[in-house]
Amino acid sequence: MSTLRLDNVGFTYQKGMPDEKTAVSGVSLTFEEGDFVGIIGHTGSGKSTLIQMLNGLLKPTTGSVYIDGDDIWDDKSKLREKRFKVGLVLQYPEYQLFEETVRKDIAFGPKNLGLSDEEIDSRVREAAGFLRIPEKLLDRSPFDLSGGEKRRAAIAGVLAMRPEVLVLDEPTAGLDPRGRRDILDVIKNYHEAEKKTVILVSHSMDDVARYANKVLVMNNGTLLYYDSVGEVFKHALELRETGLNIPTVTGILLTLRERGLDVDTDIYTPAAAAQTITDAFRGISG
Amino acid sequence: MRDITLGQYINGDSVIHRLDPRVRLILTLAYIVILFMFNTLLQMVLALVMILLAYALVKIPVKMLLKSLKPIIPIILFTSVLNMFFIKGDVVFSFWKIAVTKQGLYYAAMMSLRVICLLAGSSLLTYTSTPIQLTSALESLFKPLSKLGLPVNDLAMMMTIALRFIPTLLEETDKIMAAQKSRGANLDTGNFIQRAKALTPILIPLFVSAFRRADELALAMECRCYNGGEGRTRLNALKIRRLDYIAVAVFTVCCVLLFMAGRLAV
Ligand SMILES: Nc1ncnc2c1ncn2[C@@H]1O[C@H](COP(=O)(O)OP(=O)(O)O)[C@@H](O)[C@H]1O
Ligand SMILES: [Mg+2]
Repeated sequence: MSTLRLDNVGFTYQKGMPDEKTAVSGVSLTFEEGDFVGIIGHTGSGKSTLIQMLNGLLKPTTGSVYIDGDDIWDDKSKLREKRFKVGLVLQYPEYQLFEETVRKDIAFGPKNLGLSDEEIDSRVREAAGFLRIPEKLLDRSPFDLSGGEKRRAAIAGVLAMRPEVLVLDEPTAGLDPRGRRDILDVIKNYHEAEKKTVILVSHSMDDVARYANKVLVMNNGTLLYYDSVGEVFKHALELRETGLNIPTVTGILLTLRERGLDVDTDIYTPAAAAQTITDAFRGISG
Repeated sequence: MRDITLGQYINGDSVIHRLDPRVRLILTLAYIVILFMFNTLLQMVLALVMILLAYALVKIPVKMLLKSLKPIIPIILFTSVLNMFFIKGDVVFSFWKIAVTKQGLYYAAMMSLRVICLLAGSSLLTYTSTPIQLTSALESLFKPLSKLGLPVNDLAMMMTIALRFIPTLLEETDKIMAAQKSRGANLDTGNFIQRAKALTPILIPLFVSAFRRADELALAMECRCYNGGEGRTRLNALKIRRLDYIAVAVFTVCCVLLFMAGRLAV
C-alpha cells in the first residue's frame, strides 16, 4: 500500500543564478493506490521535472513530497530506501543498459536491493515475462538488441525492483507505431495484473485516453487539471485553447457537433465514438 | 554536473564581444604574462581594477565572477597561508611557533590577487568568445605551422568537435546517473574501490553513446563531402578592424602605465 502525495511542490533550475528557470510551481495532489494516471502537457511544461521529484532524484525547491505520509527528504540517509518504492523509467531508458547480458542488466536493480540470488533470478524472469522478452534474448548483449527490445529490457530493469509506484517518462518516444502499442499494452497488462499505481507521461492524448483512468494536465509548470479521464476531457475546448491536442475522436465529434450532428462530445475512445455517430444517424433517418 | 562548465559563453554585444577573437586571445595571453611580470602590490591592485573595468564593459554581473572564483578559494587560501607563515621578515604578530611577517602578508596578498586576476582574465575570454571563435582564432594563429607539415586544419576541427560535445556529454552523464540512481545505484558512499566500481554503470553507457555519436557525426560529415579542412572557408571570416587596433592600443597604454606605477612604488 503506497500513496504518493505532493504538497505545493515547485522546482527551479539554477536557483539564484541569472539564468534560473522555474520548471514546476505550486503542485499539490495525491496519487491514489492503484490508479493509472496519464500526465500530459507541452514540451517544457515541467512533466519530466515533476516526476523526477517523485523518487527524490530532484529535491523540490519549495514544498514536499510524501510517500506513505513521510517526507522523503526528512532523513537523507533513508532516501535511497524510499526511492525503491517509486520505480522511475526515464525518457530513452535504453541509455541505462550497461551489463554484458540482458539478464545481468535486469538484475542490477534487484541486486542493489540486496536480495538473494534465487530471488533475483525469479524477479528477472517475472519482469522479462511482463515485458515479453523471450528467454533466448536474456543471454544476449543488451547492445545487440533492436531499439524496441532495448527499451523493453530497460523497463524490465525497473520492474524487477517491484516498485509500489511505477513512473514512466514518455516510454514510447522514438518508437514506431507497433513498438508503441507493444509497450503500452505491456504497461496496461502489468497494471491489471499487479493493481499497482502507474504514472505515465505522454504527449499523446489518444494514448492517455485509451490507457489511463486519471489525467493530469501540466501547463507552463503548473497543474491545470487532475481528474478522471471523463472529467478532464469535458474541458476539450479549454484544452484546445491552451494549444493541447485533445483525443482525435473527441476532436472529430466536436467538429461534427459544430456542423449540426447531434453527437455526444465527452467521448474519447474510437469504439464509443462510432456508437454515438451511429446513434446520431439513426436519429436523423428514424 | 552542469555547474562545472566553468566560464561558458555569455551572449552579448559589448565592445569586447565585437573584437576579433584572435585579438581577444592574444590580449588575454598578454594580460596573463604581465601578471607574472608585476611584483608590487600596487600593480596587482591596478591589474585587478583593469580587469574589473573590462567586466563592467561587458556588463557581466559580479555574481557570475564570484561564482567562477568559488572553486579556487581553497587554492588561494592554501597559498596565502603558506606565504604568510614561511616568509621571513619583520614580525607583525606571532603565536605558538609561527610568526606572521609583514613580507609574508604582502606576498600572500599579491599571490591571491594574481590568482584572482588570472582566473578573471581567462574567464573573460570564455565569457565573450564562443568555442567556435576560439578554435578559429587558434587555427588562424597556428596557420604558419602547417608549412612545417602540422595538420592545423584537422587539429582545429578535432578541437571544435571536442568542445562542441563537452556540454552534450555532461548532460548525458547527468541523465545516466539519474537512471542508475533510480535503479538503486549507490554512487555516494563506500570506500574508494567501491566507488570506482560504482562508476561502471555510468561509464559504459557514456562510452557507448560517445562512440555512437562519433559514428553518426563521421557519417554526416562524409555525406556532406568533408575531406579534411583544406581550403575550407568560414561563414564569419576573421577580420582585424579599427576597433581591434584601438583595443590593442588601449591595452598597451594601460600596461605601460602599470609598469610605471611599479617604478613609482619602489
Ligand atoms: N537541467 C536543466 N537545467 C535547466 N533547465 C531545465 C533543465 N531541465 C529542464 N529544464 C527546463 O525546465 C522546463 C521544464 O522541462 P521538463 O520538465 O523537461 O519539461 P517536459 O518534460 O514537460 O518537456 C523547460 O523549460 C526546460 O527548459
Ligand atoms: Mg520530458
